[in-house]
Amino acid sequence: MLKLLPLIPLFPLVSSVLLMVTTGKMPKRLVAILGAGSVGLSALTTLLVGLAFMESGQPHHQVLWTWMQVGTFSPDIAFYLDGLTLVMMSVITGVGFLIHLFSTEFMEEDVSYSRYFAYLNMFVFAMLILVMADNLLLLYLGWEGVGVCSYLLVGFWYQNPDNGLAARKAFVVTRVGDTAMALGLFLLFTELGTLDIQPMAAAANSQWQVGDTLPVLACLLLLGGAVGKSAQLPLHTWLPDAMAGPTPVSALIHAATMVTAGVYLIARTHELFLLAPPAMLAVALVGLITSLMAAFTALVQHDIKRILAYSTISQIGYMFLALGVGAWTAGIFHLMTHAFFKALLFLGAGAVIHCLHHEHNIFKMGGLRTRLPVAFWSFLIGSAALAALPFTSGFFSKDMILLQAYELPGAGPWLWAGGLLGALLTAIYSFRLVFVVFFGEAKTEPDRQPGLRMAVPLTLLCVLAIIGGWFALPLADVFPVAGEHHPSHLIEGISIAIPLIGLVLAYLIFLSGQLKIDGLVNSSLGRTLKKFWFSGWAMDLLYDRLLVRPYKGLAYMLRGEWVDVIYNSIVKVCQMLFVGLSHTQTGRLRWYATSMVFGVIVVIALLLGVI
Amino acid sequence: MVLVNLILILLAGGVIAWLAERQHPLLPRWIALFTILFDLGYFLVYMSDLSWSQIAIVPNPSDAATWLFHYKAEWIPRFGISFELAMDGLSLLMVLLTLVLGAVAVSSSWTDIKQRTGFFEANLLWTLAGVLGVFLALDLFLFFLFWEVMLVPMYLMIAIWGHEGRGYASMKFFIFTQVSGLMMLLAILALVMLNHSSTGVYSFSYFDLLDHKVGGDIAYYLMLGFFVAFLVKLPGFPFHTWLPDAHTQAPTAGSVILAGILLKTGAYGLIRFVVPLFPNEALAFSPIAMGLGVAGIIYGAVLALGQDDFKRLVAYSSVSHMGFVLLGVFAWNALALQGAVMQMIAHGFSTAALFMIAGSLQERMHTRDMSKMSGLWQNMPRMGAVAMFFALASLGLPGLGNFVAEFLVLVGLFAVAPWVAAVAALGLIVAAIYSLMMMQRAFQGKPDEGRRFPDYGFREMLTMTVMIVGLIWLGLYPQPVLDTAQPVLDSLMQMVGSVTEPTKVAGLMP
Repeated sequence: MLKLLPLIPLFPLVSSVLLMVTTGKMPKRLVAILGAGSVGLSALTTLLVGLAFMESGQPHHQVLWTWMQVGTFSPDIAFYLDGLTLVMMSVITGVGFLIHLFSTEFMEEDVSYSRYFAYLNMFVFAMLILVMADNLLLLYLGWEGVGVCSYLLVGFWYQNPDNGLAARKAFVVTRVGDTAMALGLFLLFTELGTLDIQPMAAAANSQWQVGDTLPVLACLLLLGGAVGKSAQLPLHTWLPDAMAGPTPVSALIHAATMVTAGVYLIARTHELFLLAPPAMLAVALVGLITSLMAAFTALVQHDIKRILAYSTISQIGYMFLALGVGAWTAGIFHLMTHAFFKALLFLGAGAVIHCLHHEHNIFKMGGLRTRLPVAFWSFLIGSAALAALPFTSGFFSKDMILLQAYELPGAGPWLWAGGLLGALLTAIYSFRLVFVVFFGEAKTEPDRQPGLRMAVPLTLLCVLAIIGGWFALPLADVFPVAGEHHPSHLIEGISIAIPLIGLVLAYLIFLSGQLKIDGLVNSSLGRTLKKFWFSGWAMDLLYDRLLVRPYKGLAYMLRGEWVDVIYNSIVKVCQMLFVGLSHTQTGRLRWYATSMVFGVIVVIALLLGVI
Repeated sequence: MVLVNLILILLAGGVIAWLAERQHPLLPRWIALFTILFDLGYFLVYMSDLSWSQIAIVPNPSDAATWLFHYKAEWIPRFGISFELAMDGLSLLMVLLTLVLGAVAVSSSWTDIKQRTGFFEANLLWTLAGVLGVFLALDLFLFFLFWEVMLVPMYLMIAIWGHEGRGYASMKFFIFTQVSGLMMLLAILALVMLNHSSTGVYSFSYFDLLDHKVGGDIAYYLMLGFFVAFLVKLPGFPFHTWLPDAHTQAPTAGSVILAGILLKTGAYGLIRFVVPLFPNEALAFSPIAMGLGVAGIIYGAVLALGQDDFKRLVAYSSVSHMGFVLLGVFAWNALALQGAVMQMIAHGFSTAALFMIAGSLQERMHTRDMSKMSGLWQNMPRMGAVAMFFALASLGLPGLGNFVAEFLVLVGLFAVAPWVAAVAALGLIVAAIYSLMMMQRAFQGKPDEGRRFPDYGFREMLTMTVMIVGLIWLGLYPQPVLDTAQPVLDSLMQMVGSVTEPTKVAGLMP
């Protein structure tokens, strides 16, 4: 059964290529069957392979062929299956299938139906390669591959130049991180002599001591790649703009799978990070700061998708925090539960947008609780899990992260406190969204109801968002065992209470109106802060002034080819010589005779040594 | 004789194509296509006799018998000049690239040349013949002859069938190549003289000259003579300025040949002549060469972004990509050298395709100005998708040949000069910027509803498919290419290995 592994990425690849070469001539029904069916087949195969893997309990390694071999540099096209891979594959194919199914209805009226599924299938293929790769170079192939698919899908409606800009921004910003990661790969290969992840980890452990400079440098470079792809500080600015793509794309790529690739990368190379405590601390700090900044930003946004986007950035921050404190399993656990509830929220948002004339502004919605019950329940359950209310999936994973952060000697309690503040904000912004959109008076009437192909995935994801916390992940053999931790009941109690307080606050402010914050918001400080947060802490402005404009200016300044000035001046000198000398060719005999005599005199004078 | 026939077939095909125009103006293009395919077939038949074990023999560069093919005939014995051709793995790859892209070039100008079609196809075939000569000649006099031979028909192609500014562009192209070629000629003559003074015989043979290396300061200047000629052709910063003009003005087939094949003669020359003939001097020079490589990568990419002209943009991207070749050659290790060879081939495909797309746009819209294009995808989805593929190849997407090339160059370079590699890696970012900008400006955005253009048809899609499949193959299973080049590069490394340990490149290692 394990030998079926390569089929899993193959199904979506074949489907994608078929959809590309038929260039939209396939009937829509067939496109839908092929597009969603191929991912469904992958999901089933993943199930079979997963069962076989559970039975054997051994990591499975399968080499397809040698990619390239020059001297000792010989990365393979090869897959490595262990518990971590299996979790990722299940999320990608499982959640991926539900999102594909949702898309078959959501995108039905689009003329480029088949192009959409071609890209989306290609994405699933690349993402599977990313998590299945046995070496970092193949992982990099998947890594860049998902980046391209994300670019293509964000800019899917290419007729609007704004979408093109968002797509380009997404690709270029992540490419900055990718390049850092590539440098990390160069460094690792140069020092350790291989890019195969398992032998590399062994080599690192034997060659390097904890705290050496080289592992720290290598890990920081890998972290550069991770923050790019996972939209963490300082490379997070692309994700909110990436919402320009179709909403199911946001659910699949920009919530459930691709943006968590950075988390996967760090978890996959955790043995390197364990050799580099400063890099671990950097991971934790990046995660915490990002999660807080993004949560504040989410608090003031109007656009339903942007709220969710900032929320995603914030939640991935939690995963980074978990990785940084060595809570590997908790990080991956949160990755999975987040995939469930955030995909649910995005698809719910998609249903709202779909049924509400493509409205994005939450303040133009309202009262949808009775009008769009499917979306309402999706949002309610999704937000509860996002806010980590007790017994939802998000509660278990976030609780695990916070408690393990608390246990970290030294900075632990501070990280925990920061995480709690984030949890409070999360509860407030997620229920702000629920209360504003689904309660109160109706401002826009929906013109349709989601059909079966949208309702079924939503329902299944609702179930997953609730029960996901009870899943036992097969990660015990992958990560070092965390020490026993017994936090006091007080700490535990606070962790549980904070989201509930957030919920109550959101209720008082946004639904019942008992807590008046108008005065606070309209004070000059409040207004400034709101504007500052709304702009995403002015990061876009900063990069625009610091990087984008100077680079564009440089390109504009140099465009005329300055180097040519040198060659043109050579040409000029030649021309001047030509003009000058041609003056001596007057054609007058007297002039020639005079100059000859003059010349003779000079020569004689030279010979006699007079001059 | 195989090698001679390869060149003769093309020369003869050119004459026939020229004459055939009198019968029918559309006949020459069929003759040109047939000639190239026949040449390719002829070559493949002879190559199929070779086995991998033969290719895998590390050739002794100074012993012609260890090469795959070798042909030598007396020519001017008094000066030690002979008609000597030889082929090893490296030239084999280059010959294949030349013939495949030659066929692509004929296809790319299938419809846009309407005047003097016979003479056009003749020039095209003669350029290819000259290029094959350059890749195969191992007598330095003969090499120089071919170097000049490939220049003249190319000049004519630009000067006669070029666009609005063809006079200036063709002249600039000619003078740059000619002047730098002159430096090489002087270096060749000096080399032969020095060889004569030490051995007492005149010989232009590569094999003889390899055996008796020149030393001292003079060798450094001779090396520079060769280097400048090849750098101009590559083109490397700061001698690249002929390229954007020549490309912009050349007819599509001219651009395809220029970018896909002609530039590679510069890279080939560096590997074949500069490094083996002057290993010590080239080593001493490598920090400067690497500096020029990095400067080319960044400068080309920045200027590419600033262009409105589709063809100029692609031309500057070539300057940027060829910087990687320069880095690969002068990084002095096997990985980077393999990367350089790979880049020659992958860039040949990707840039040829982009120039074809530029040519198709020019043919349909009568402009190359991207500020006058928008949303062309809507009208021409097939062309858009093809353009997207090659834009992605050009920005180094893993899974395609260009990535393998750039990655090998950088990973090899990193071992000897990490900071240079780090700066060169910025090229990956800036390449993404100009490639995607090109897609945005031409193919995305709001479509102009009033204008309709025909999408790619069967001939164009067939040509493009050849190159798409080629790039995917190079990207996912480059081993046959790597294995073919490996023995040659091994022998090169042995040669320079006696000069230096690779890690000691002029103090670049921290």
